[in-house]
Amino acid sequence: MGIVSRGFGGHRRTGGEKLPPGQYLVTGFPVLSAGPTPRIKLDSWELKIRTETGESRSWDWAAFRALPHEDITVDLHCVTKWSKFGTAWQGVSLDTLLTGVETTAQFALARSYGGYTTNLPLADLLHGQAWIAYSYDSADLDPEHGGPARLLVPHLYLWKSAKWVQGIDLRRDDEPGFWESLGYHNYGDPWREQRYWGD
Amino acid sequence: MARAAVLGRLTWQVGTVAGVRDETPTARTIMLDVPGWPGHQAGQHVDVRLTAADGYSTQRSYSIASAPGSTSLELTVQRLPDGEVSPYLAEVLAPGDPLELRGPIGGWFVWDPENAEPVLLVAGGSGVVPLMAMIRTRAMSGSQAPFRLVYSVRAPDTALYAGELADRARSDAGLDVTYVYTRSAPPGWPAPAGRINTDILTAGQPAQPGQAVFVCGPTGFVEAAADLLVDAGQEPRTIKTERFGPSGGQT
Amino acid sequence: MNAHLDGNVLAGTLRELFTVDITTATGQCVSCGTTAAMAEARVYADAPGMVARCATCDEVVLRLVRGPGRAWLDMRGLNYLELQLPA
Repeated sequence: MGIVSRGFGGHRRTGGEKLPPGQYLVTGFPVLSAGPTPRIKLDSWELKIRTETGESRSWDWAAFRALPHEDITVDLHCVTKWSKFGTAWQGVSLDTLLTGVETTAQFALARSYGGYTTNLPLADLLHGQAWIAYSYDSADLDPEHGGPARLLVPHLYLWKSAKWVQGIDLRRDDEPGFWESLGYHNYGDPWREQRYWGD
Repeated sequence: MARAAVLGRLTWQVGTVAGVRDETPTARTIMLDVPGWPGHQAGQHVDVRLTAADGYSTQRSYSIASAPGSTSLELTVQRLPDGEVSPYLAEVLAPGDPLELRGPIGGWFVWDPENAEPVLLVAGGSGVVPLMAMIRTRAMSGSQAPFRLVYSVRAPDTALYAGELADRARSDAGLDVTYVYTRSAPPGWPAPAGRINTDILTAGQPAQPGQAVFVCGPTGFVEAAADLLVDAGQEPRTIKTERFGPSGGQT
Repeated sequence: MNAHLDGNVLAGTLRELFTVDITTATGQCVSCGTTAAMAEARVYADAPGMVARCATCDEVVLRLVRGPGRAWLDMRGLNYLELQLPA
């Protein structure tokens, strides 16, 4: 540990039971990115779900927006230690998107415009745990925050909520994504503080 | 091409605040004594690490403001609203306090007094800090390299080192200082407040061959200034940039 | 406006790993073949790690994650690094 800096407190680190270990609360919404913000035109946007057998289903923007959607309010936890409570989104549940999909796959890989990827167990996308979100705080999702649409999986660290989502591949084998292949935890549960390999 | 010394791995050192000096109502310079400080080059920076009593720590980078001199080094910190680190450094840290830092860091955005070529320094806000280190190093070394500083600020009272720059513009032969005021200009200023433009950057001259350019400040400023210079004929490879990020500094 | 910084920001963390300043080393991008100083890369430093991209083609040239007590470095985006050393 470094020497203690007299009189330095830093970001507020107490949030009661709602703050996972090691996190601090923010009121803003920090923008973190691994690359330039993709500019995606709605008329060429497509979301594609592929199964392990090669079958796929896809939606263009109109078809996607015609699907049943939900309003949800969730807390966000970023592995860089900031948390934001009570964020309001509108999106389509992965349960809706995966209705009727036949698969024995246990894993999923989310792919983004711009090349980013992140992996998670298929089970973590189901049962009301994940959405493709297109609206934040009652407005169209800003490109900086992943618009037109991003994956939202709030029970895991926010790097799993892939911005600019383009597709989800259902896989028999687990393929580590962009950060999972370079030191970040393969699962990423904020409540068990699973930030890095071996945590 | 920068010399590369084999330096040894970078480790944290503890310095002591020897003094502080207010620069503007929201910025101040911190003078540090660091035992064993190896010296530094103009343009380099340090990483500063703060640790709270419960072990929480965070770090930020700050450009070194000083030429090699009597104290080991000086940092100038602009207090940013809602910042985590800058309010502490700009207001709480006091003479006698320890400060953990590592450096000097960076071999690219540096000016070597052995270079005799003319230099254009373009500063936006707190981006003037590493460029001030270059100006001070130039004076200390006796270099005759022609230096021109174009310093863009919001208003006269936000300009860092105003008094010293005025003195140096008079006494340092070959140093020219030009201000750009983006929000409010001083009374009697010949131009209305406005953003940097090609005429100010080039002083109406064609791009000088062999001129080195250093641009530093908020990201938007750096990109605008660099684009103007390239459009005016400055070779892109002669322009070195140090973007401070969208807010122009370390929060 | 791109939200990237300059390759300079890699200097501190890379100097924890290497005894020479990597930012002044020249690298060749594996994707487009451009050679440039690492300091000229476009660095996205806000991410969970640092991502350096080629200033010509924007492909990833280097990735760096710094965790407690360890670091991970991926340089597959470079064909090589050329470093100037004392003679």
